[in-house]
Amino acid sequence: MKAASPSSYDEMFTADGAVRPAYRGYSEWYQEQPADLLRRKGTEAEAFFRRTGITFNVYGNEDAEERLIPFDMVPRIITAHQWRRLSRGIEQRVRALNAFLHDLYHRQEIVRSGRLPARLLEKNPAFLPQMVGFTPPGGVYTHIVGIDLVRTGEDEFMVLEDNARTPSGVSYMLENRETMMAMFPELFTRVRVREVSDYPRRLARSLAACLPPAAKGHQPVVAVLTPGIYNSAYFEHAFLADQMGAELVEGSDLRVENGRIAMRTTRGYQPIDVLYRRVDDDYLDPLTFKPESQLGVSGIMDVYRAGGITIANAPGTGIADDKAIYSFMPEIVEFYTGEKPILQNVPTWRCSEPDALKYVLEHLSELVVKEVHGSGGYGMLIGPTSSKKEIAAFAAKLAARPHNYIAQPTLSLSTVPILSRAGLTPRHVDLRPFVLVSPAGIDITPGGLTRVALKKGSLVVNSSQGGGTKDSWVLDD
Amino acid sequence: MLGRSANGIFWLFRNLERAENTAPLIEAGFRMALTRDARDASDEWRSVIVTLGLRGLYEAKFGTDYAGPNVINFILRDKDNPGNVLTMCELARTNARMVRAGITREVWESVNDSWLKMRELLARPVTETRLGDVLDTIRRQSTQVRGAMEGTMLRNEIYNFARIGSFIERADNTARILDVKYYVLLPSISYVGSSLDNVQWENVLRSLAGERAYRWLNAGRMEARGIAEFLILDSRFPRSLAFCYGKLRSNLAHLAREYGGESEAHAILREADCDLHQTTIDAIFEQGLHEYIAQFISRNTRLANQIQYDYRFID
Repeated sequence: MKAASPSSYDEMFTADGAVRPAYRGYSEWYQEQPADLLRRKGTEAEAFFRRTGITFNVYGNEDAEERLIPFDMVPRIITAHQWRRLSRGIEQRVRALNAFLHDLYHRQEIVRSGRLPARLLEKNPAFLPQMVGFTPPGGVYTHIVGIDLVRTGEDEFMVLEDNARTPSGVSYMLENRETMMAMFPELFTRVRVREVSDYPRRLARSLAACLPPAAKGHQPVVAVLTPGIYNSAYFEHAFLADQMGAELVEGSDLRVENGRIAMRTTRGYQPIDVLYRRVDDDYLDPLTFKPESQLGVSGIMDVYRAGGITIANAPGTGIADDKAIYSFMPEIVEFYTGEKPILQNVPTWRCSEPDALKYVLEHLSELVVKEVHGSGGYGMLIGPTSSKKEIAAFAAKLAARPHNYIAQPTLSLSTVPILSRAGLTPRHVDLRPFVLVSPAGIDITPGGLTRVALKKGSLVVNSSQGGGTKDSWVLDD
Repeated sequence: MLGRSANGIFWLFRNLERAENTAPLIEAGFRMALTRDARDASDEWRSVIVTLGLRGLYEAKFGTDYAGPNVINFILRDKDNPGNVLTMCELARTNARMVRAGITREVWESVNDSWLKMRELLARPVTETRLGDVLDTIRRQSTQVRGAMEGTMLRNEIYNFARIGSFIERADNTARILDVKYYVLLPSISYVGSSLDNVQWENVLRSLAGERAYRWLNAGRMEARGIAEFLILDSRFPRSLAFCYGKLRSNLAHLAREYGGESEAHAILREADCDLHQTTIDAIFEQGLHEYIAQFISRNTRLANQIQYDYRFID
């Protein structure tokens, strides 16, 4: 076995090569495995994914070829103790996010109090005037949230991003565990890992707890709205619908009928109570947003505001994903919970502020610069790995529209080993735990999706940029 | 269930059935081509293309040159033929992805696996040496999907829409083969018993993978009327029109039970079913085999359209 590079915190090995407590059980098992067995299992896992069709489509790829997200067989392990602290922090943050969204679309106390500049909302396309004054059923805005965490030390977890709009990846969390359990059942008898497989059931229960006023007292009708089979996350949409026993609908299946959103079934149109939509706000209602959209339902916003349907997540939650808003999260958490944030933000420069912009422009080669509305690793600059030419080109874009960007230091993300030809080799990781919100409370699935940069030294973990995933374990006490 | 999903599952199984049906058809053509002189071989390949309704497309590309390798590849993988087998497998898989939540993991995996295998096998032109392997794979994969269906699917509306797709397509295929061969065989009907006649009729059976069953039932006697009767009216043979309609009857009856009532489609089915039950092969030949089959095909299409309408497959 190899020790990690000394510059980053390795979650499995200490600097002098000793195995950390979280990985002891796994490491003992690993030592007993013949080297070629694990490699053979890797090939098996890939064939398994191909056969089961766990694929994703890459945008901008001409023939829309489906790709596999590479799966690494070394689990990412979190101790029960670490998880307790993390979940307290996540719970606090998600509670604050919901209160924040409610406030933004009502009295905007946080703006009145001077803690959040009003200009962040003005002309921000993620802020929806249609939501002003409206309270979603159950008061829940973010039914499903993914909080992206990075780690830089033993107890140093930071939030890199909030995904309150439409977090994806939960199907990989579930399938990765299934795969690990199928390949190494004996491992799970030796190491006690907390269960994740009941996520779909909890999701269904959580969604059904937010019925709209128009829902009758019958069995709640939940449907998943997908943009269709060419969407990059289609596999996940189908997977979740299947696991929840919900219908997987497309815009063309839906229409407004008697003040409800109804789906065309083989027996005629049937009203839907809760729509778990995986279609962006912009495409949700051609009457209200993009008129050319084929993915949504004409009139759904009117039905929604009249109490005819619950939309999860609520339209307009994307404002919380804005990276300029993100930079205010410590204040936001404190404002709504009255507590100090348990989880810290990554230090962030707001390029809209002249001093910050000056600093950022002078230090581009050290920083990561992101678009405030961007996601998925698109449109960002990673200073340390960019050429002079790329940096100069980016500097021009940045100077022209500073409001559009924030910058962060290049963090020394923690590493977890992957299984490579040379054995265990450290690679950078992040973690996206999945959180369900309902009037009954906040429910965090133990673990989440660990994304791993497969290239040596790379800090980009996004699957659209060649990242892979790992099974994420939270140890049972 | 969603109307769109019902449509997806219906077409998933129609496309699979269509892909499967090409295997014996090509095999029979290939066998004829091997045992006959060049002109007869070419005639045989043309009849295969006509059966599949591809004559216009084929001749636009190759003229009247019905060379075996051209025909085989045109049917299996040529992009100028939008109904090629590879595309059928791909469409089936696209439909399966679309209705992923309505089918079991086993059915999805077998459909996905078929597509992966066919894509690999049909990535390059199929030579006569590889043909056997390709056709075997088509057959094996279809069997695998069917097995997954039988063994894992709930017997609910989804299952019944799937089966309806299969049997509508199968009935159409059997009827078309009979109809096309009828012209080839036209002169021979009055010369029952000549050796050319026998080989041709045997070829009809081969095109429907029914030669062994027929021989078994008839002690090896090849006879036009008997074969036509077998393919149209014998409900023991799983590719006969009577068998397909027997299945359609039970699938539609299931829907009527589940939906608490019949639809227009049930009336069409009853009419067709009644016809198959009350007629005899002599009556069919008296009316004219071609007329009978033409009427059957058109009613079969009408039934498919009516089902799609009654169960709101499309808006």
